Amino acid sequence: MTKPLAYIRNFAIIAHIDHGKSTLADRLIQTCGGLEEREMTEQVLDNMEIEKERGITIKAQTVRLSYTAKDGIEYQLNLMDTPGHVDFAYEVSRSLASCEGSILVVDSTQGVEAQTLANVYQALDNNHEIVTVVNKIDLPAADVEWAKRQVEDVIGLDASDAIPVSGKTGQNIDLLLEAIVKKLPAPKGNTDPACPTKALLVDSWYDAYLGVVILVRVVDGYLKKGQKIRFMATGATREIDRVGMFTPKKVILDELGPGEMGFITAAIKDISDTQVGDTITDERNLAPEPLPGFKPSVPMVFCSLYPADSSEFEKLRESIAKLKLNDASLHYEMESSQALGMGFRCGFLGLLHMEIIQERLDREFDLDLVPTAPSVVYKIHLTNGTSMELYNPVDMPETTRIDKIEEPWIKATIMTPDEYLGALLQLCQERRGVQIELTYVGNRAMLVYRLPLNEVIFDFYDRLKSISRGYASFDYHLDGYEEGDLVKMDILVNGEGVDALAMVVHRTQAERRGRQLCERLKELIPRQMVKVAIQAAIGGKIIAREDIGALRKDVLAKCYGGDITRKRKLLEKQKKGKAKMQMYANVEIPQSAFIAALKMGDEK
Amino acid sequence: MFGIYVHWPFCASKCPYCDFNSHVRDAVDHAAWRDAYIREINYYAMLAPGRTVTSIFFGGGTPSLMEPETVKVVIDQIEKSWPCDPDMEITLEANPTSVEAAKLKSFREAGVNRVSIGVQSLRDESLSFLGRKHDRNEALKSIDLAKENFERFSFDLMYARPQQKVSDWVQELEEAVNLSVGHLSLYQLTIEEGTPFHTWHARGDFMMPSEDLGGEFYEITQSILGAAGLPAYEISNHAKPGQESRHNLTYWRYTDYVGIGPGAHGRLTLNDDKVATRGHRVPEIWMERVMESGHGSHDHEVVTPEQRWMESLMMGMRLREGVPFARLESESGKSIDDILDPRKLKALSEEGLITLSGDDIKPTTAGMQRLNGVFRYLL
Repeated sequence: MTKPLAYIRNFAIIAHIDHGKSTLADRLIQTCGGLEEREMTEQVLDNMEIEKERGITIKAQTVRLSYTAKDGIEYQLNLMDTPGHVDFAYEVSRSLASCEGSILVVDSTQGVEAQTLANVYQALDNNHEIVTVVNKIDLPAADVEWAKRQVEDVIGLDASDAIPVSGKTGQNIDLLLEAIVKKLPAPKGNTDPACPTKALLVDSWYDAYLGVVILVRVVDGYLKKGQKIRFMATGATREIDRVGMFTPKKVILDELGPGEMGFITAAIKDISDTQVGDTITDERNLAPEPLPGFKPSVPMVFCSLYPADSSEFEKLRESIAKLKLNDASLHYEMESSQALGMGFRCGFLGLLHMEIIQERLDREFDLDLVPTAPSVVYKIHLTNGTSMELYNPVDMPETTRIDKIEEPWIKATIMTPDEYLGALLQLCQERRGVQIELTYVGNRAMLVYRLPLNEVIFDFYDRLKSISRGYASFDYHLDGYEEGDLVKMDILVNGEGVDALAMVVHRTQAERRGRQLCERLKELIPRQMVKVAIQAAIGGKIIAREDIGALRKDVLAKCYGGDITRKRKLLEKQKKGKAKMQMYANVEIPQSAFIAALKMGDEK
Repeated sequence: MFGIYVHWPFCASKCPYCDFNSHVRDAVDHAAWRDAYIREINYYAMLAPGRTVTSIFFGGGTPSLMEPETVKVVIDQIEKSWPCDPDMEITLEANPTSVEAAKLKSFREAGVNRVSIGVQSLRDESLSFLGRKHDRNEALKSIDLAKENFERFSFDLMYARPQQKVSDWVQELEEAVNLSVGHLSLYQLTIEEGTPFHTWHARGDFMMPSEDLGGEFYEITQSILGAAGLPAYEISNHAKPGQESRHNLTYWRYTDYVGIGPGAHGRLTLNDDKVATRGHRVPEIWMERVMESGHGSHDHEVVTPEQRWMESLMMGMRLREGVPFARLESESGKSIDDILDPRKLKALSEEGLITLSGDDIKPTTAGMQRLNGVFRYLL
C-alpha cells in the first residue's frame, strides 16, 4: 500500500559546503530509526570516497524515513540529498523539483555564503516552503542570533522561527522533525490507478549488480514491477524489474505511488538512456505531455586528458568508459596531440565536475594524467554566414574566415569579509568582470559580477581562495553568450607551434598570459645543444619571447673500464625516456615541462 | 691491444668525493692477496688465452699501499700467463704522501714503468677540503721522485672546486704544466651519489659552480694545455702526442681488457660474444669466491650487439680521434646508417659538434664538452 498524499513530506536539505548538511541528514536518519547505531558511519549518504573526503555530494540520494509525529500519525518523510555544487545546478534543480520543501541549513559560525544563496533561490524557484535551521550550535563560536539576522538581511527570509540545531549532538532534531511535518506541504498528485503514470527521473547511476538504478519521484499514478515504461525524452522503453526505496538500505516494494520517492531498475545498461529530468510514463498509457523543465545535459568546460605514460592509453579509455557508465553528463571523444600523444577531449558540466573526474581517474583507476588547460565552448560565426562551436583551440579557423566569436558569460556571486573586498574587486576587474551589485551585510560584502567563463576556468577560484585566505565564497550560473575580441594564442618553440599549449584568450589578456607562459617554459625546458626561442604568437605576430641559451658544458669527467656498464645503462634509460620527450624543431621538451606549463597558475 | 686492470681496494682513509670501490681496513693480509690475485689471473688466462698483453694498470683504492712484492708477483704471473708486448705499459696509481712516495723506487724495481699520482690540487686549503692526506709540499716532492724514477708519469688535478676562481685555477694549472712530463689528467670535480660530498652539497654546506662557470673552467683549461703542447686526447686527459695512457685507450677504443680484483670490470670477446665480467665489490667476499672457484666475478654477462655499439660509441667519442664507423659496424653487426640516423649526424655536424670524414665520427672541441647532449640528441 502506498501512503496517502497527506502523510507524505518530500524535502531537500540545502546548504553551503561544510555547513553540516550530511551530518544533519545522518542525525535525521538515526532519529527515525533508518539505521541502527552500529550501522551509522559518517555521512552515510555520500557513498563515493571522494564525496566523503571533499564533503560534497555528487549523486542525489533519497532516504525514506518513518516518523510518528506528535499528532500520532506516522508520516513518510522523503529526504532528498542533493548535489551541492553549482556545476550540478541542473541536477540540483531536478532534485528540488521532486520536493515540496527545503531545510535551509546555515552554519551558526559562518553565516550565509554564496552557495546558500544560490540554493535558496533555486528552492524558491521550485516554490518550496523553507524551514530554516541554524546548525552547529554545539560549537563555542556559535552565534545563533547573528546567523538568523544574516538569513533575514541577506536572503530576506523570516528567520524568527529558525530552529537552532546541532547535527553533531542531535540537539533539537525533534523540533526539526515536527517542523517538517507542520510547515512543509504534502505533495499533490493523481491517485487514480487508471491515470497515465508520470514520474520524474531525479538521478541515475550504474550498479554492477542491478544495472542502471533510477531515482524517481512519482507525480501521477503508479510504478510497478513488470510495467512497461517509456522515457519520454530519449524515447527508450523498458520493463521495470524492481521497485524499491532506500531507508537508506535498499528495500524492495510492490509499487511506488503518487507523491512517493524511490528507485526502479529496468535492465538498463547504458546510462545515457536515463537523462536527469526526463519523465517516465506508462508505455501502454502514455502521458499526453512530459513534466516541465527537462534539459539535456550540456557540457560547459572542456579539457583534454592524456595518459602521462602513453602505453596507458587503453587503460584510460576503459577507465573513462567506466566513469561514463555512472555519469551521463561526462562527454568524451578520442583525439591525438603531437605533444602528448593519444588522449580524449572531455566535456564537463563545470570546473568541479572536471576536477572530480580527473581525481577519480587518478585515484580509482591509478592513472597518471596530463590534463590540458580547460577551455570553454566558443561560438564562431564565419564570414561565409555559417557558424560553428569551438571545443578545442587547435580547431580554430583562420582569422580571415572568422566574422565574430562569442563566448559564454556567467553571473557570479561572491561573499567575502570586507577586508578582502579590494583585492577581489581587482581580481574581477582583471578578469574582464562587469560589476552588477555590491552590497554590505554587516562586515560582509556581497559582490555580483558578470564574468566571461574563460577567465574563470583559469585559476579564478584558486586566486579567490588565496586572496581571501579561504574566507570568500563563490557561486555562479551561466548567463548567455556575448561577442568578444578573442584570439587564438600559439606557443612556438623555435618557430614550431606546440598544439597542447594553444589557447583562446581575450586580446587584452594575451600579452600577459603569453609572457607568463614563455617565462615558465624557459624555466622548465632544459638547455639544449642549440639556442631555443620560446614565443607566444597571435597569428603571425609575436607578442612574447624568451630565449634559452645553448648548453655550455655537459659531459662526464671520468669514464673508465669500470664505468662502462653503469653509464651505458644511463644512456639506455635516457633513450627510453625519450619516448616522454617531444621534439620541436630539434628541441627536446620533457613531458614534465608541458605538464607544469599546463598547470601554471597566475602567480607564477 | 689487450689490457689487464688490477684493483687494490684499500685506502688509508676515504676521500669524501670518491665513489670508487675503496675500503678502509685495519690490517690486510698481503700474502693472501697475492695468492688471490694469482688465482684470478690464472682463471682469466684460461678463459681468454693467447692474447698479447699491451698494458697493466694498478688502480684502486690506493695501490701505492700495496707491498711492492705483491706488485711484482702480479706482474710476473701475468707475464707467465699471457704473451706480453716487450713495450708493455705498466702503470700504478700512487698517492703523494711521504710514505707512499718513498716506495716509488721499489715499485719501479717491481716492474712498474709509469705512475699516475693523485695530486688533485697544489693548494693546501683545497687539499684539506678534498679530504686528502697530503699537502702541497708532499705533492711537489712526490712529483720530483716520480720524475727521478720514471720516464713516464702523470698526475691528476681537480678543478671547478667550490669557490675556486678561474684566475686561481689558471695559476695552479700553469704551475702544474711546468711540473708535468707529457701527461696530465684534469677532472672537473663532480658530486657523486653515495659520497659525503653529495650529502654535504645537498645540505647546502657548499655550492658547486654553475654550468656556465664549469664551461669557463673547461674552456680555459683546454686553451692553456693546448698552448703547452698537451692537447686533450680525451675529455679529461692531456698528453704530448705519443704519451697517452695506452691502458686507458683500451677502454676508450673498446678493445678487450681483463679486470682482476674486487669490483674490477672486464670486457672479453669470447667466440664472437662480448662478455662483461664484474668482480664482487666487497674485498672479503671477492677473496672468498676466488679461493672457492678461482675467480671473484659475478656471473659473466653477454653484452648484446645493441649494447656493444652503444658502449663503443659512448667510450670512443670521449677521444679526440673519435670512432671509426667500422668499429660500430663490427660491434653491432649492422651498417652505420641503421645505427645512427644520418639526418641527426648531419645536424650535429652542421652545429659544429662533430666532424664526419665519411668513415668515422669525431667530436669537435665544442662537442667534447657537450658530449652528454650529443648522445641525448643522437641516441
